[in-house]
Amino acid sequence: MEVSSDYAVQMHGIVKRFGAYTALDHVDLDVRKQTVHAILGENGAGKTTLMNILYGLYQADEGDIFMGGEKATITNPTEAIKHGIGMVHQHFMLVENFTVTENIILGDEVCGAVGVLDMRKAREEVMALVDEYGFDVDPDAKIEDITVGMQQRVEILKALYRGAEVLILDEPTAVLTPQEIEKLIEIMHDLIAKGKTIIIITHKLKEIMQSADECSIIRRGVYMGVVDVKNSSETELASKMVGRNVNLTVEKTPAHPGDVMLEIRGLTVKDERGIEQVRELNLDVRAGEIVGIAGIDGNGQQELVDAITNLAHSESGTIKMKGIELTNKTPRNTFEAGVATIPSDRHRWGLVLPFAVSENTVLERHVDTEFGSGITLDYAKLREYTRELIKRFDIRPDGCEDERMSGLSGGNQQKAIIARMVSSEPDLLIAFQPTRGLDVGAIEFVHKTLIAERDRGTAILLISFELDEVMDVSDTIAVIYHGKIVGTFPQGTVDENQLGLLMAGGELK
Amino acid sequence: MDSFILLLSITLMYSTPLVFGALGGVISERSGVTNIGIEGMMVIGAIAAAAGSYFTGNPWIGFLMAGICGAIVALLHAVASVSFAADQTISGVAINLLAPGIALFACRQLFEGAAMSPIAPKLPGVVHGHMSLNVTTLIALIFAAIMWFVLYKTKWGLRIRAVGEHPQAADTLGIDVYKVRYACVLISGMFAGFGGASMTIAIISQFTQTAISGHGFIAMAAVIFGKWHPFGAYGACLLFGFTQALVILLGGGDFVVPSQILSMLPYAMTIIVLVLFVGRSVAPKADGVPYVKGSR
Amino acid sequence: MRGLEKFLRGRFAAAAIAVLIGLLVAAIVLIAAGYDPIASFAALITGAFGRPKYITNVFIKATPILLTGVSVAFAFKTGLFNIGAEGQYILGTVLATIVGVKLNLPMPLQVPVVLLSGIAGGAALGAFVGWLKARFGIHEVITSIMCNWIAFYLCNFVVMSNTFHKPNSQSALPVNPSSYTMILGSWKKSEAGKEFLAGMPWLREVLLKTDLNAGFIIAVLVAVLISWVLTRTKLGYELRAVGFNRDAARFSGISVESNIVLSMLIAGGISGFAGALAITGTSPHTITLLAAMEGYGFNGMSVAFIAGCAPIGCIPASIMFAALIYGGMSVQQALGVPSDIINITIGTIVFFTALPGIAPYFADKIKQRREAKELANGTKAGEA
Repeated sequence: MEVSSDYAVQMHGIVKRFGAYTALDHVDLDVRKQTVHAILGENGAGKTTLMNILYGLYQADEGDIFMGGEKATITNPTEAIKHGIGMVHQHFMLVENFTVTENIILGDEVCGAVGVLDMRKAREEVMALVDEYGFDVDPDAKIEDITVGMQQRVEILKALYRGAEVLILDEPTAVLTPQEIEKLIEIMHDLIAKGKTIIIITHKLKEIMQSADECSIIRRGVYMGVVDVKNSSETELASKMVGRNVNLTVEKTPAHPGDVMLEIRGLTVKDERGIEQVRELNLDVRAGEIVGIAGIDGNGQQELVDAITNLAHSESGTIKMKGIELTNKTPRNTFEAGVATIPSDRHRWGLVLPFAVSENTVLERHVDTEFGSGITLDYAKLREYTRELIKRFDIRPDGCEDERMSGLSGGNQQKAIIARMVSSEPDLLIAFQPTRGLDVGAIEFVHKTLIAERDRGTAILLISFELDEVMDVSDTIAVIYHGKIVGTFPQGTVDENQLGLLMAGGELK
Repeated sequence: MDSFILLLSITLMYSTPLVFGALGGVISERSGVTNIGIEGMMVIGAIAAAAGSYFTGNPWIGFLMAGICGAIVALLHAVASVSFAADQTISGVAINLLAPGIALFACRQLFEGAAMSPIAPKLPGVVHGHMSLNVTTLIALIFAAIMWFVLYKTKWGLRIRAVGEHPQAADTLGIDVYKVRYACVLISGMFAGFGGASMTIAIISQFTQTAISGHGFIAMAAVIFGKWHPFGAYGACLLFGFTQALVILLGGGDFVVPSQILSMLPYAMTIIVLVLFVGRSVAPKADGVPYVKGSR
Repeated sequence: MRGLEKFLRGRFAAAAIAVLIGLLVAAIVLIAAGYDPIASFAALITGAFGRPKYITNVFIKATPILLTGVSVAFAFKTGLFNIGAEGQYILGTVLATIVGVKLNLPMPLQVPVVLLSGIAGGAALGAFVGWLKARFGIHEVITSIMCNWIAFYLCNFVVMSNTFHKPNSQSALPVNPSSYTMILGSWKKSEAGKEFLAGMPWLREVLLKTDLNAGFIIAVLVAVLISWVLTRTKLGYELRAVGFNRDAARFSGISVESNIVLSMLIAGGISGFAGALAITGTSPHTITLLAAMEGYGFNGMSVAFIAGCAPIGCIPASIMFAALIYGGMSVQQALGVPSDIINITIGTIVFFTALPGIAPYFADKIKQRREAKELANGTKAGEA
């Protein structure tokens, strides 16, 4: 593509290596001024790496960057900011115990003499921006007290405050409700109208169709070309992203629910700060059915799972598994009652990364006599057992039982957790964000495994912040809002807008 | 009344080295670097102050040397914990092993093989009469106020706190995380050095092997108790200083408690205070976590 | 250079580099202070290995720091920093002395009882610190240091107490001889022993001029046992899981709190054991008034870190440090160099073991230089 001033950003022949691994292999990107340009690729394809290069967080090993037709050298974020680039990271870069204003001015402070902050003037400047763009943000609120949607707007304000002309949004919809997504798309179009250019990184096809003008596709670090969104379809984008035809729907037969396995009545759970996160919650999960909990992050999902697994204390109410009381027992009791849990954060809760893969497969079961009768642990047995799991669940690389868990890819780490949980043959399998950060192939595997487990007669509780996932996989969809189940629907009897409304605290007419 | 004033002035006197140490801890941990080496830096400050004051005859030069030498030792900790992303606990412990070695070696070199320095000129007192106060007590209070102002009212403070809470965020806004942390660790060492000086050329007037005995760690406890706030830490140090004052006062009297048991008081008090308050005090989020550019 | 690069990426590289830098720093300090470093190192080596007596004493010195080293290494493998080995050691000596003085059983009973008392003392102090961490979340480093000083003053209290103070001295009463763990302790002083040893000057020196005792062998056995516990047992598995990832351990049903207390209890027990063995195995078989920390716990930390916190690795590391410390005293006698130079060396060594990236860093430098050279050669070859 020719270098021209019609383009806000052009990146040509970008190569980035991390050691022996080539993350980006001659990738091009040409973003027209005043357009929304999407970068599509799977998790780990190199989208974020490409944008981190543009923002100066990484340096490319080869390739050139042009801004408005002029060659630009960007070696750190300060230079990127000078070139009018602003970036909203997927994990917000906000200091939680700072106010909105403090976060916005950080690094570019409004000062009086000798570095003394002029907070009044700073607040005025922030207010002026808030008014200009019509954002609903309180400049004096602390970040930890405002919603995720608002935090995102603060991030956008941070970029605008620094005079950004090109805004990079990294997976901006991952944490938003359908309604908030709509609002974000509105904001994006408004920004375009005010002369800005937007680059959006995503692996979600629907949003690209809704919001973007053009879409560049990267597959495993290789540039796959640019697509005019108007003349394309979701299936075309998907096959270009993955490199094969993908089936976007989840295939399954109707469920045959059996007895109630998990029965929760009037459950109330407080978080560490003493705030009620789960309020009088009731929920049933039957054998052979998948109950999916739809909801925005922070509506009590974590505390609900913590209460069932006995990591958190239940204030009141009861949790029963097959009729046996589990309320305020120990994590060990939960596991022994037949509950296995795939945690939301696999690195934090799911794995001991410096342990070998084989050591990780028996975190719950090492006490069984199967793995050593006395005080010793039978490492030979451990390896043999792990080898079986590796085969059965196709964990790669083959023969990795002695490797450190930290050496496996995210998808294979998740497979190892699922293998460990499923192989304990639970009566209830809790899957909390089971596909977070996985690529399409791994997501398919996880969904198939969940459905196969259901068909084996296991009760499944799926909790996900991805509404599509809940809608596609669950037999029954329950919506959680402010710690309560505000609606329960059989699959197919409710649409995305209705669920989105409930998730945001609205009511169905 | 007299005994109250005596108690107060001894409390202020004995809390002063702790205040300096704790201020050092506050600034370092606010930027995200745990500094267990405060103790060692205080030891270095203690010998530097005594030697500087003895050889020049000017205690102020001793005080300054203490700050400089403390900062030099802190540089080691900064290199390890900021540049090499080392385990900050091990690095701090190493400094605590190294510092007494250096201090004693230097002491024996300078003072003909003795493990203590001769009597050196002391820093002046500011209030006389019943309520005698050394100038270091005043300096500590002024430094606490300055640190509060810098941390909460200036852009430097905003940046330091941001680096300690969320270094990635600061980095994406063009703030040099490494520079901020280096500066804070060096300042931390300087304060610790002053703390050592306020022991050897203000409270006592010479360097001895046990001049600094756990003060750095008590100061660290004060940082936690004081919620990483300069004035909070100051208050906590007053409490610990009070227990040390009790040891001095009661130890001199006709009490039945043996002096060895009394000497345990500050240490036991520290544990008790931590038990009562540690859960209610939240450390800076990135405290003790090395920052490696490009990792998330 | 390739061999060097490979070595730098190996597992012993960090330790070797740290020791090398430690000695280098010592040399620089010595030169700066006007001493001859070569003569000092020579005196150090002669002082540590020059005579059978010296070698024996090195092993005697190595005993407590091997145990405190294993104590620190064990705790570290379970995610805990046992900076309290010093206090646990002191409490071990105190309790062993109290029991050894007050109790006088036949030797086969007395020795185990005295040793167990020391173990119990250290274990109690360790468990207390572990409990403070598990129950209240207080960092073990601060509480350990406080406990070190409390143990320090407790020791002095016992020494000066009416019951235990030995009149006109700076120490407590020695333990009853039935508590002694010297090898052939009574035989070697008997007529028969003296006669037998008269013809064997080497053995005579080792036995009669030192407190050769069973401690080092016991300590080695402890190191092996601890290594086995960590790597082969279910207990070790749980402790390591808790050490690496507390959240994941708790999530999978392992009790984090009890494992923390247990780990510190074991670590404290090992350090207490070191203290008890020092009382039963070496003169003056009692505690003395402490003027400053004696450093058995702190030297144990150095041993553990240089060994990469592998219990077995602590064995050679403890011998090395014991040689440094014991030989260092000769340096002071021979050349007047303050023996604190040894502490500087040890501190430097620990500091550099804290830098995990240092060996790979040098390896990368070598690789870069080699690649640059190869590139330069390659281009020349290409041009030709």
